[in-house]
This record gives sequence, C-alpha cells and structure tokens, in this order.
Amino acid sequence: MTVPASTVHFWPAAGMIAAIILASSAGEILTAAAMKSIGDLDEIRARSGLSGAIRAVLTCPLFFAGVSFLALAFFALLFALAPNHLPLGLVAPASASLTLVTNAVGAKIFLKENVDHRRWAAAVLVCIGVYFLAH
Amino acid sequence: MAHQKLSPRQYAILGLVSVCAPLGDTCLAMGMKQVANVSMAHPASLIAAVFTPWIALGIALLIGFFASYLTALSWADLTYVLPATAFGNMIVEMLSRFALHEAVSIQRWIGCLLITVGVGFVAQGPSLTEHPAPPAEITADAEEERVR
Repeated sequence: MTVPASTVHFWPAAGMIAAIILASSAGEILTAAAMKSIGDLDEIRARSGLSGAIRAVLTCPLFFAGVSFLALAFFALLFALAPNHLPLGLVAPASASLTLVTNAVGAKIFLKENVDHRRWAAAVLVCIGVYFLAH
Repeated sequence: MAHQKLSPRQYAILGLVSVCAPLGDTCLAMGMKQVANVSMAHPASLIAAVFTPWIALGIALLIGFFASYLTALSWADLTYVLPATAFGNMIVEMLSRFALHEAVSIQRWIGCLLITVGVGFVAQGPSLTEHPAPPAEITADAEEERVR
C-alpha cells in the first residue's frame, strides 16, 4: 500500500525522520567510540587471534549501546514505512543523506575528530549525491 | 592532525565496506522476490526464506560488511569511513548500467559524480585524528627521556 504525497503532514513526517536520523547517528557514533576504545583490531588479531579480536568487541559495553541504537533506528524506519505513515521515496533519501551530516557534527563534538573543510565538503557532497541516488 | 597513510590491506578493508553492503542488499532484494508473500500470520515462511541461496548470500555479505566496517573504525575516523559506505551506492549504479544494462537517469549519474568527488576529498586527507597524549603520559615519557 502506497502513501500519497498529499496525505503526508509536515510535523509527524519530520518527527519520524528525525527519530531515524538521531537513533542512527547515536548508533554510529557510539560504535565508532567503542572501536576507538578497543584499539586497532588488526593488531589485536595479530596478537591474540580472531577469537581475541571478537572477544575484545563483544566485551565492550559501548559497542552494545551502539548496536542498540542502530536497532532502534531500524525499527524507527520500519515504523515510518508502515502503511498510512510515510512513502519510501521520502524516508529513504531524507534519512540516508541527512544522517551523513549529523554524523559529521556528532563526530566533531563527541569523538573530537578533526572535521576540516575537506571533510565538511565531502559530507555535504555525499549527502546531496545520496539524495539524488535514492530519490 | 598527522597524515596517516593507509596500507594496501586497509584500503582493501575499505573496499569491502563499500562493496559488501550494497551487494548484500541487492542479494536480499533478489531473494525476497523469489519468496512467496510473507505475512505476520505465517512467520515461519520468513525463517524458511533465510535458507534460500540469495538471502543466505545476502546475509553473509552483510556480516562481512559489519566486520570490515568495525575493523575500519578501529584505525580510521568515522568521518573518513562513512563516505566509503556511500561509495558502494555508486558501484551498484555502475553495475546496474554496465552489467545489467539498466537505464540510469541523469539525476543518478549526478549523484554518482557528487559521491565520487566527496570520497576523493576525504581520501586525500588523513584517515585518523591524532589526539594529544594525556598530561600524565607526557610526564612519564619526559621522565623516561630524562633518565636515559
């Protein structure tokens, strides 16, 4: 069942898309923070084998927090795509492209990454590119 | 921010990040087209679908994506790895145009071009932000240097 664009109301649509973007960005940032706290997986694998690398990931609480938010983003997406909610043609490009920008902002604030002009330009270009591809 | 040069192995992992997710999604989509209608009344049909070849291959590729994505995040910044995930969409467009001979609109080609330029921008720069060592560590290093 498709949702006609004329029946989509702005604030509920913006709320559902914002929920997907926030949950997705929180998941990505927490996962990245987890992997930074664990260290280079290639080195861990060279030192203690594949099982050691898997153990290092699975014993990190931040990793599970990240995966939980990614799961929340997935269910928020399913909810938004439910009949009578939002059309895929709106949700997919909006959430996929805007998540790139919120991730760059989150990486700068929470992960203290040096997001220089080159990375900002890349985030914006990829954001517009993904919108064109998904729309 | 120091310039971090990636090894060929690390570039290969970023390549896996790019390729595995879109190919996995494509395999899942192809597999789901071959499966009969799935409804909440018969959830067992969804479990049976997992064992069909295309869906099993799709799941394997998505597991490969997540493993390579986590590995990449352990030695590169999130803002360095994310454009690589978007680059996979462009690979799918190229495959659909040149391997499957599907029509690709001008809007999609523009999207591909923008993603390629964006990935090029990031790839030219450093892969990891170097944070200064905490003061205690600096003091310990200085002390060690002094003893030598």
